[in-house]
Amino acid sequence: MSINRRDFLKMTVAGIAVGAFPGIAIAGSELLKKKGQRVVIVGGGFGGATAAKYIRDWSKNKIEVVLIERNAMFISCPMSNTVLGGSRTINDLTRSYDALKKKHGVKLVQGEVTAIDPEKQTVMLANGHLSYDRLIVAPGVDFMFDQIEGLDAKVADTSIPHAWKAGTQTVALRKQMESMVDGGVFAISIPKAPYRCPPGPYERACQVAHYLKNNKPKSKVLILDANPDITSKKGLFMAAWNELYPGMVEYRPNAAVLKVDVAGKIAKTEFDDVKADVLNIIPPMKAGAVASMAGVVGADGRWCAVDFITYESKVHKNIHVIGDAVAAALPKSGHMATSQAKICAAAVVEMLQGKSPDQNPAIVNTCYSMVSNTEAVHVANVFRFNTEKQAMVSADGGGVSGKRSAEEGAFANFWLNTILDDVLG
Amino acid sequence: MKKRIIFALTCAVAMALPVFDAQAEVDKHARNLAGSCAACHGTNGSNKSGMPILAGMDKALFVTALKEFKSGARPATVMQHHAKGYTDEEFELLADFFAAQKISKKH
Repeated sequence: MSINRRDFLKMTVAGIAVGAFPGIAIAGSELLKKKGQRVVIVGGGFGGATAAKYIRDWSKNKIEVVLIERNAMFISCPMSNTVLGGSRTINDLTRSYDALKKKHGVKLVQGEVTAIDPEKQTVMLANGHLSYDRLIVAPGVDFMFDQIEGLDAKVADTSIPHAWKAGTQTVALRKQMESMVDGGVFAISIPKAPYRCPPGPYERACQVAHYLKNNKPKSKVLILDANPDITSKKGLFMAAWNELYPGMVEYRPNAAVLKVDVAGKIAKTEFDDVKADVLNIIPPMKAGAVASMAGVVGADGRWCAVDFITYESKVHKNIHVIGDAVAAALPKSGHMATSQAKICAAAVVEMLQGKSPDQNPAIVNTCYSMVSNTEAVHVANVFRFNTEKQAMVSADGGGVSGKRSAEEGAFANFWLNTILDDVLG
Repeated sequence: MKKRIIFALTCAVAMALPVFDAQAEVDKHARNLAGSCAACHGTNGSNKSGMPILAGMDKALFVTALKEFKSGARPATVMQHHAKGYTDEEFELLADFFAAQKISKKH
């Protein structure tokens, strides 16, 4: 085989590329020809999809937006516990990305990112690459299966679902509950905070109890919480357990699950071996793998530090991080991801136009939990940028519902429909 | 004479332009603040879900409602938690932003 001049040049270029950022070679060709300014967004969840729509709208469609997402459809994690309770199906929570494409001109690429080169501002996929002016990493969470002996991604997919990303595992967990004997134990293991959706596991206990009360009333819900106490809406959840599901929900604090016997469905804590009929282990979490590929994960190996004016990474310029992956005293929720996404979108548009971003952002989180098929409770806060601390700080006046109500249950349903229209419509 | 008046007016408009520019910057801050409201009230304050529609809302009504949520004079399930987190100046900014929005039938 002879090497011609052209091949030699190619090899030389490749050699330089490896030298500039060791280990990463620019793969294949540019997947979409880049003409003007381009923002690439990795992850089409609440945060990423919102950023895509709002960058298009707020740049008057002048900035090209490419959204890379591995799934064909969007499935809402918020309200997915109601699939367990039975008031919704997973289809009710599934939406398409069509309006982002057709109405807002977002370019959607379905695929997996394999590497990111922050210096050459390029995202690699299996079949080519995409170069960017700014990159937004919105990877959500990944699970730290290695923290629990016996557990891994395959076990979660086949026998002990976490169901902490809405989809097939949510349906699988519901099916396990349906096949459970009356008098069985449904055990939920909660990791130490911070994790996605602080009130979510306690809402899940309510939804499971709601199903069991109506279908298998001799059964129990056992909560094994790694935290020293209920981390969110404590009084409201305890009232719901005591009043709606008396004698059905048992709560154990400081009960981190360290090991799992998969075949025997036994969860082992420091003190106990707990035998369950349905075992739902929610593992500890960290920023999704794309954050590691971008090299923007902090020293803790879990979350990404950002500047809260722009959501630009503290590690790499021109890479922004939004949503659950961000290291902050902000709840990891769908609404919070959209609130961050809008501040990030506004800043990205301003910066690409050579202007200064909004220096005084204030954002909101409203989080509803369904404690039965009709009643809900909420927690709501405004968070403001604090210049001295360079952090987002909870403003005065936030808090939780006075009591659970069907009125709030109706609002929770409105909230879901409206936020999905805001993100994807 | 007429021409001179027109010229003077043109100058006045031209001189006023930087003020309009500054106004546009303020509007972006208001727009960003309003962004968080969209989760419940819809993109730019329009929704078809049954939540109160803020697009096109009378400014005085908006400010009064938020001040009453803040003081507790107007009972609410969730809005008191939001209203207490904002300043009266921000109520004005948000009110101006939403008053200027058209109701979208699509949302």
